[in-house]
Amino acid sequence: MALIWQYRFDLLVGLWWTLKLSMMSASLALVLSMFFGIARYSRNPAIRISASVYIEFFRGTSALAQLFWLFYVLPYMGVDLTPTQCAVLGLGLCFGAYGAEVVRACIEAVPKGQLDAAAALNFSWFQTMRIVVLPEALIMMMPLFTNLLIELIKATSLVSLITIPDLTFQAKAVITKSYSSGSVLLTTLAIYLVISLITSTVMKRIETSLSRGRIAEGVK
Amino acid sequence: MTEMITFENVCKSFGKTVILNDFNFRVMRGEKVAIIGPSGSGKSTLLRIIMALQDIDHGKVSIDGKPLWEVNHGRHLVKPTRRHLRDMRSLVGMVFQNFNLFPNLTALGNVAAAPRHVLGLSKKESEARAAALLAQVGLSEKLSNYPSTLSGGQQQRVAIARAMALEPKVMLFDEATSALDPELVGEVLGVMRDLASARDLTVLVVTHQMGVARAIADRVCFMEGGCVVEEGGPEALLSQPKNERTRAFLRAVHLA
Ligand SMILES: Nc1ncnc2c1ncn2[C@@H]1O[C@H](COP(=O)(O)OP(=O)(O)OP(=O)(O)O)[C@@H](O)[C@H]1O
Ligand SMILES: [Mg+2]
Repeated sequence: MALIWQYRFDLLVGLWWTLKLSMMSASLALVLSMFFGIARYSRNPAIRISASVYIEFFRGTSALAQLFWLFYVLPYMGVDLTPTQCAVLGLGLCFGAYGAEVVRACIEAVPKGQLDAAAALNFSWFQTMRIVVLPEALIMMMPLFTNLLIELIKATSLVSLITIPDLTFQAKAVITKSYSSGSVLLTTLAIYLVISLITSTVMKRIETSLSRGRIAEGVK
Repeated sequence: MTEMITFENVCKSFGKTVILNDFNFRVMRGEKVAIIGPSGSGKSTLLRIIMALQDIDHGKVSIDGKPLWEVNHGRHLVKPTRRHLRDMRSLVGMVFQNFNLFPNLTALGNVAAAPRHVLGLSKKESEARAAALLAQVGLSEKLSNYPSTLSGGQQQRVAIARAMALEPKVMLFDEATSALDPELVGEVLGVMRDLASARDLTVLVVTHQMGVARAIADRVCFMEGGCVVEEGGPEALLSQPKNERTRAFLRAVHLA
């Protein structure tokens, strides 16, 4: 433990980067999920198809390969991104694709009768989405988004491979400096675990407040 | 008297299943019509066509004298625009068997949503209209209840108020009392009867409960095999049907 205390600042820097990258890529992923998940239901076939292509591509290729591509290949094409930009873009695009599938599935799970009711009331496509479909789909999405968010936080460890000093990167550095791996790895694991636990608690809170006053159909 | 709903030689199939076969049907303004018939005979499809939730293959449907599934474009008839369908839908309101309330909105929110967002009334105006309608269906006490906290009968009354909020000229009820426990049918039927007493409102009810047909309708149509087989006043049709198929159907209903 004395060892951990000695290297606490290295690990705190790592924690800071992990949290920062998680936040940034999760925000990007959320926006992309919503946009492309809803776009799958657009009335415009071009929009629908672009959404499918995006989802299938980023879901079907590995996050690490995407990061390496952004980091090592893009510069040859004249696009120079900072490591942070690569990390946020790579993780955001990849988890945005997973998230879009969640959004799509939850939209699909809204009972068809409610779409009939919305159409009979003459709601437009946007109104149907905003007033009827999304509020309900959102409650169904929450537990699935929680999973994805935790997956994303853990996946940020990949950015250590593109020179970003996140928790995993720093842990490895400390191990190299101190010639001792056991307690450092254990501490690192514990930190990831605590982040996940806090994340799922906070998400559960949000979920509860979203469904307050009513029992969502098909969720509880 | 003017015609409110007209079907002329309408055909509708799903794949190979023929639902409406050269279907002809007329409802006058203010008329209350009940449609009965065996399961799968196309009663829901008929209502969904009128509500513009389902298109047709051939023929002509008119509502309030305006063609529903085609519009004049120069000398040609073309598919209706979204705009046209919206205009046509504003004439019609529909109540569903499973209520289809929006679970994320309160009773008041469900009824106020369309006046607010479709008619563009202010929040205050739309809620005042919703509250008045909910009072009409006996739910003044339940304005802030979410659907999941209401009984089936109460939910269906909210759904009726919601459909009335856009002041339709035609109201469609698709098995509106069929999903309810028997002791709750009365309260919903009462509300439907109140509505039906408005002279100008045209009402179409699809039901397999003959009591509902008797209470609401001044004409009952028996539908089978994609056509109206027999129609008449409720007493005449339900007590002394002439057609053999009608008789067989009514016998089966009474045995059930
Ligand atoms: N969207 C659809 N796609 C394919 N088949 C359909 C569709 N909607 C209805 N059908 C079929 O059309 C037939 C008529 O359906 P419809 O719901 O109009 O009957 P109904 O008279 O209302 O029956 P019920 O009394 O059971 O409600 C049924 O066989 C049904 O399976
Ligand atoms: Mg039906």
